[in-house]
Amino acid sequence: MARPDTATVWGWLDQVPDPEIPVISVVDLGIIRDVAWDDDTLEVAITPTYSGCPATSMINMDVETALRDHGVEKIRLRQQISPPWTTDWLSAKGRAKLEEYGIAPPNAAGGPEHCPQCGSKDVEKVSQFGSTPCKAHWRCLSCLEPFDYFKCI
Amino acid sequence: MADNALFQFLLRMGDNTLVLGHRVSEWCGKAPVLEEDIALANTALDLIGQTQMWLGYAAELQGEAKTADDLAYLRDVWDFRNLLMLERPNLDFGHTMMRQYLFDAYHHLLLGKLAGSSDPRVAEIAAKSVKEAAYHLDRSGETVVALGDGTAESHRRMQDALDLLWPFAGEMFLADDVDDAMAAAGIAPELAALKAEWESSVRATLRDASLTVPDDDFAHKGGKTGRQHTEHLGHMLAQMQFLQRAYPGASW
Repeated sequence: MARPDTATVWGWLDQVPDPEIPVISVVDLGIIRDVAWDDDTLEVAITPTYSGCPATSMINMDVETALRDHGVEKIRLRQQISPPWTTDWLSAKGRAKLEEYGIAPPNAAGGPEHCPQCGSKDVEKVSQFGSTPCKAHWRCLSCLEPFDYFKCI
Repeated sequence: MADNALFQFLLRMGDNTLVLGHRVSEWCGKAPVLEEDIALANTALDLIGQTQMWLGYAAELQGEAKTADDLAYLRDVWDFRNLLMLERPNLDFGHTMMRQYLFDAYHHLLLGKLAGSSDPRVAEIAAKSVKEAAYHLDRSGETVVALGDGTAESHRRMQDALDLLWPFAGEMFLADDVDDAMAAAGIAPELAALKAEWESSVRATLRDASLTVPDDDFAHKGGKTGRQHTEHLGHMLAQMQFLQRAYPGASW
């Protein structure tokens, strides 16, 4: 096949959902660090969110499958841990989708700006750890709904 | 020798996170409340993730096509280099959290310094890990204060835990040839300097927790050098390594 340019490949990867939070893509999450051709091999650099994140191997498989489906034959996935992943790399599109899905996006103040359900600012932390390593468990004191907050790291 | 010292240093880092990660994971499904259960499982997960990076680097240095899994599952007690404190059984929740706090305070401080290591691989693993250690320390410190300064029952349990664990904390700062070689090469910090910082922050937290630090600074040793582990590590490995021992090379 003809070598697709890297912008096209980024577009394909933006269609690969995060396995834990399927409303956002692996590109939105900021874990795809680089896409480059090395001769006829496509090299993709991926960084883990948390070092023990159990979704890492699933993400690698999903990325490889998506690229194969687009006809790329030679693929090399490289794990890159430096610089370490930060929630600053979440895309604006990703943050909006998280909120729509009911997960409060990360906030530099260290807690959610408001309840993703009803918008109230009257919220409290239940636990620093939530349903996945990257989320904390919060509760809204207005609508009384519990919700996940994407931790800022 | 220099390479061997680095290998030993990496085993110490990776065995600490592996052994503590396994111990903490033993709480999964039976912690006192659901939030604590989830927090403990997530902490264990972070520690096992960090283990993959430390032991992965150690295995590369070792060559012979070894992997982090070989080091984790196919070494026996005498080859482990973790601190004795971390292989102790969990006992009650208070003891588990006190052990976690004493280690987190050290781990967070150490990783912060290692992020500036002269060895780029060590620096990048530490820079990744220190972000997670910051969360662990926040939580274990808050829990130690809440329970130490809580009810008469929780206070008693936390004081008992501190009395039991304090003689194991000193091993973190006992320097030997490996530590000296790492400090001389700029790979890791001097442990003596680390100790002063650790003590001042830990003593302040324990004061907030209304707990009394034992006077005696006797320190049990033998874990990080591998000279003499406690009887508990063998039992832990028998469980942790069972599958690879019974079915060598099994994978899924």
